[in-house]
Amino acid sequence: MPSQERDAFLDRPWKDSTAEPFIRIEGVTKRFGAFTAVEAVSLDIYKGELFSLLGGSGCGKTTLLRMLAGFEEPTAGHIYIDGVDMIDVPAYARPVNMMFQSYALFPHMSVEDNVAYGLKRDGVSKAEISQRVADMLSMVELLELQKRKPHQLSGGQRQRVALARALVKRPKLLLLDEPLAALDKRLREQTQFELMNIQDQLGVTFIVVTHDQEEAMTLSTRIAVMDHGQIIQVGEPSEVYERPQTKDIANFIGTINMFDGEVMSSNDSFLLRCPKISKPLKLPSQAELNIGQQVTLAIRPEKIKMTLEDPHDSSQITLRGEVLEFAYMGNISIYRVKIEGEVVLQITIPNLDRMAERKIEWDDQVFISWHPENSLVLRD
Amino acid sequence: MMTKPTDSALTASRLNESAKMTSHRQWVHVVDNFFQSRWKGLSVAIPYVWLVIFFLVPFFIVLKISFAESLIASPPFSSLFEWSEDAALKMTLIFDNFAYLWEDDLYVKTYLNSVKISTISTILCLLIGYPMAYAIVRASGTMKYLLLLMVILPFWTSFLLRVYAWMGILADQGTLNSFLIWAGIIDQPIRMMYSEFAVYIGIVYSYLPFMILPLYANLEKLDLTLHEAASDLGAHPITVFFTVTLPLTIPGIIAGGLLVFIPATGEFVIPDLLGGGNVLMIGRVLYDEFNSNHDWPVAAAVAIALLILLVIPMMLYQHAQSRQINN
Repeated sequence: MPSQERDAFLDRPWKDSTAEPFIRIEGVTKRFGAFTAVEAVSLDIYKGELFSLLGGSGCGKTTLLRMLAGFEEPTAGHIYIDGVDMIDVPAYARPVNMMFQSYALFPHMSVEDNVAYGLKRDGVSKAEISQRVADMLSMVELLELQKRKPHQLSGGQRQRVALARALVKRPKLLLLDEPLAALDKRLREQTQFELMNIQDQLGVTFIVVTHDQEEAMTLSTRIAVMDHGQIIQVGEPSEVYERPQTKDIANFIGTINMFDGEVMSSNDSFLLRCPKISKPLKLPSQAELNIGQQVTLAIRPEKIKMTLEDPHDSSQITLRGEVLEFAYMGNISIYRVKIEGEVVLQITIPNLDRMAERKIEWDDQVFISWHPENSLVLRD
Repeated sequence: MMTKPTDSALTASRLNESAKMTSHRQWVHVVDNFFQSRWKGLSVAIPYVWLVIFFLVPFFIVLKISFAESLIASPPFSSLFEWSEDAALKMTLIFDNFAYLWEDDLYVKTYLNSVKISTISTILCLLIGYPMAYAIVRASGTMKYLLLLMVILPFWTSFLLRVYAWMGILADQGTLNSFLIWAGIIDQPIRMMYSEFAVYIGIVYSYLPFMILPLYANLEKLDLTLHEAASDLGAHPITVFFTVTLPLTIPGIIAGGLLVFIPATGEFVIPDLLGGGNVLMIGRVLYDEFNSNHDWPVAAAVAIALLILLVIPMMLYQHAQSRQINN
């Protein structure tokens, strides 16, 4: 492989077929009685990744995380961490630490003792313990509060104690179960960036379980979208957003407009005949399609342009519509536009100009257009 | 011809009406307040009245008797207050009874023996009760309630009856000896009745539920993710128990310990029936003093001394509870 190409893979080892994964999950299944929580999941995670397991409640993401931590035993399959099979390794002997959703701080211990707990178990010398605890607490900016008990701390402070306690042992792998779910929006955004900074500083591999797609998008190097115990797509945030593989993923991550219809051909390109719309819609050229196939054309709200005049651009798909309603969100405005056949599309427009200068209002007749290459073809 | 009331008249009459309404409302308000504060006072007073009638008054009667002199009369003790010739009220406090308790080493020994027996019984109850409470908490749904029911079940039979049942089991020709002889483990019956051993069996058996229930309540509240967190940080299950579970169940241990220790110290039925004359416990001495010796003042002094002995652990219990509530 040319060295240049190899450099390109440095930040993205998952693109490199020769790279050795740090964590290898092989055909892992977990059943609780008749219920299958995780089904035949295989996943490779590389060193230094900030990997997200994303899905709704009950999708199996937490069970998978608990199997990595050693709290649950897989019914079938293997988990390798740094090349070592973890199946027979009990939780207390794994090179893995976890940050719990409830933080699980020991209520009878001070902040300091909570953080020192793991080091004491490893028989680290007293001097080293106090040094490492102090370093860790200063990193999370809690050094002044080290004598406090957990119940004397705010939610955000507890979250940072939990993080410090999980990181102080310098684990090979840090598992985070909904790390930001208990924080309010402002603190969540701030903490997201702190988490990314810490991960970058320490180079620890992070696996984050979250139901919040925005959180997963911001934090992760890669996302695995889970549903019904299975992984339905793995990819970088932009891949999962721009190229979702199913309608479910497209709907789960962000919003998307969809048109169901049948593929037909015209000259060199494929068109979609949508029963509700008179005009056939041009499909993106890369898609592999067969004539007569039932597919869905999907287009993200921010990829649609909206104008008062006809753009007269033949390279774009242009439809006429009427503004039903709009919501001003500050940075963007969200419009709901009704086109023919009672189809309602969602469109987001960046607020480039000030509110007072806004051009498009309720009941305005508008032209909406998008470039076919910006749309997606989804199958069920 | 009737004239329409003018606007101002109308307003005036309305005002008048509303003033009436207001005064009516105010009156209702005053009455409400009166009753509310009365009821509040009354409901607060009830427990105090109860305590005064059923605890303080008897306590002062016993205290009074403990400062009296034994007489062959009815009642068999001297009165505390006397009118002297010059119509002055004279109070005679006789501390002889308390001095007697201190001088006769029987009483000191009995007190110490009571505390020893109840301390050892409390420790035994803790050692047996803690694993039981732990197992009940960890048991699954139906099993948990079944086990809890089994802990409470003995309360449905009279306490006295259960102690008698132990007499049947521990007697020389009793169930246990018969079984051991039948099994060929011994060929002579072992003497178990009328010994401290029998008293320990009786106390531990009778008071075990009082240890298990507070421990169960405490362990049940314990967040299991704390165990997972400890084990995730590298703690072996045994270390998890000593660094997380045990420190967090200290309130339950104190509550259970005092619920066993306090009644066990003053226990009368168990040492009397199972210990016979061989085991000296303060409850029995008190009973003998009162019923056999008819020395009410000494009996009262024994009771007061026992109360003082028990007030200290009770205060510790209160302190532990209020600390738990504050946390």
